[in-house]
Amino acid sequence: MIFYILRRLGQSVLVLLVMSALVFAGVYAIGNPVDILINPQADQAEIARTTAALGLDKPLPLQYWTFLHKALTGELGRSFASNVPAIDLILQRMPATVELALTAMVMAIVLGIPLGLWAGLRPESVSAKAIMAGSILGFSLPTFWVGLMLIMVFSVWLGWLPPTGRGHTVNVLGIEFSFLTLDGLRHLFMPALNLALFKLALLIRLTRAGTREAMVQDYVRFARAKGVSERRIVRIHVLKNILIPIVTVLGLEFGSLIAFAVVTETIFAWPGMGKLLIDSINVLDRPVIVAYLLVIVAMFVLINLIVDVLYTALDPRVRIHGARA
Amino acid sequence: MNTAAIPAPRHALIASFARNRLAFFALVLLASIVVAAVCAPVISLQNPYDLAQLDILDAKLPPGSHSADGKTYLLGTDEQGRDMLSAILYGLRISLGVGLVSTVLALALGMSIGLAAGYTGGWVDALLMRIVDLQLSFPAILIALVLLALLGQGVDKIVIALITVQWAYYARTVRGNALVEKRKEYVDAAVCLAYSRWRIVYRHILPNCLPPLIVVATVQVAHAIALEATLSFLGLGMPITSPSLGLLISNGYTHLLSGRYWMSSFPGLALLLTIMAINLVGDHLRDVLNPRL
Repeated sequence: MIFYILRRLGQSVLVLLVMSALVFAGVYAIGNPVDILINPQADQAEIARTTAALGLDKPLPLQYWTFLHKALTGELGRSFASNVPAIDLILQRMPATVELALTAMVMAIVLGIPLGLWAGLRPESVSAKAIMAGSILGFSLPTFWVGLMLIMVFSVWLGWLPPTGRGHTVNVLGIEFSFLTLDGLRHLFMPALNLALFKLALLIRLTRAGTREAMVQDYVRFARAKGVSERRIVRIHVLKNILIPIVTVLGLEFGSLIAFAVVTETIFAWPGMGKLLIDSINVLDRPVIVAYLLVIVAMFVLINLIVDVLYTALDPRVRIHGARA
Repeated sequence: MNTAAIPAPRHALIASFARNRLAFFALVLLASIVVAAVCAPVISLQNPYDLAQLDILDAKLPPGSHSADGKTYLLGTDEQGRDMLSAILYGLRISLGVGLVSTVLALALGMSIGLAAGYTGGWVDALLMRIVDLQLSFPAILIALVLLALLGQGVDKIVIALITVQWAYYARTVRGNALVEKRKEYVDAAVCLAYSRWRIVYRHILPNCLPPLIVVATVQVAHAIALEATLSFLGLGMPITSPSLGLLISNGYTHLLSGRYWMSSFPGLALLLTIMAINLVGDHLRDVLNPRL
């Protein structure tokens, strides 16, 4: 097991390195931030001075080497726009995004698994068909448009919920949280629901398919023959078996929630990493873009690693290559 | 093991649509949307991008309003007095066009790579599939965002981004099928007949890999359209000269808070109907062509 984790860790580092080179090459091959930052009337000398100060006059491989060296010490350059270390900007915005993504995930799980189970146990009933129709709708609805419609209905027409921002936050251990105050919850509800919809549809489908598959298995028939109540069969036997693929998918989907938060945060002006990314792209603030991408890549690699390890721990049938080597 | 479905005869496919009411309805809806988009210049009230036909006095009218010269704006007008229905029809053309073109190109690219990987095997296969794995482990929207941030705006740029995020799905699907197909006897027979590799791969193996590809491609068109709309909404997609549905929604967004709902809700509804129709047809195709996918 330890050997396996170490090897996966090695692969993860390799992926991180490849991605960092790709990200750097891509981002540093475009535009010239000096044009944006500097007064258009500036003379040649000032342009040269700024270029040198930002290190943009060095050859690309050297820039990458400096960048990688600094990245390993946790310094990803200073934002061109605000002259603050880029990584600080990202880390400062990260809790808002993670809070949003986690809330969306909880919403999707709390609603999706019971609905999927229901639809899987009674596939021919009207309610199951309605649930499945709803899930197709959930797949088809463009996330950003749902967000707009939510604002239109709940903020403009009904006036129940605030359209933008994070609301009142509480500082716990130096991190701001919205979900601890009523005002924060009111602000959190719509964006989280918006972000959750797609995953909700996915979870319903996964759970339904898993349930339908599990209900015709021998172990269910055996449990029935033993006289185990239907309730217990579903809760203990079926649920346990269908949870394995669900946990895997959920783990992997958490990363995509964080990526999709870019859209939701832009609509609801939620001050997270995603909104920061869009703002930075608009002003070509390269260090922030690079830092965002590297943080996201690192998060993805970490999530994949955790899911892999969890998967082997959850499902005793999975054998790890090299475990006995 | 035989995992490839036998292609259903064409009439059986048509008959299956007649049996499934929901799928039939979706197919009719999709066909109407496509026809409406193609015929947009003929059926729409005005050319929404010919400024001579716009009347600024008709700006921001709610749905059902009448213009001074007796036209009816069924879905209202935007801030330049543009008929929303006409704008939506023209937007549909752009959205559908971009979705289709990028899907077809991605399909061609992914198919070739997948066939090459599956038929060649060895380190080529291993390398190509590693790239596919790496790419599929990141969400499409993130890759597209980064690409557009690098490339800038433009129709060609967004098509490139959409191809980049899609090809891997096709490559993986085709490769899996090609692996199965190349062990079959008809391939051995073709090899014995000394046919060229090119001919074996494209004339013999490819047709047998098509059914699952068609299913994946149908659903991917919907994905591509949704992704393009999202990127355009974020301001990273289509340029203002090619107003797709996403751009229309984005333009209407600023008026949403002042209660002018029609400017962004109707283009969104058109987008939703299109995507849903494609998804339902795709679902049905999957059931008929390849129950195991």
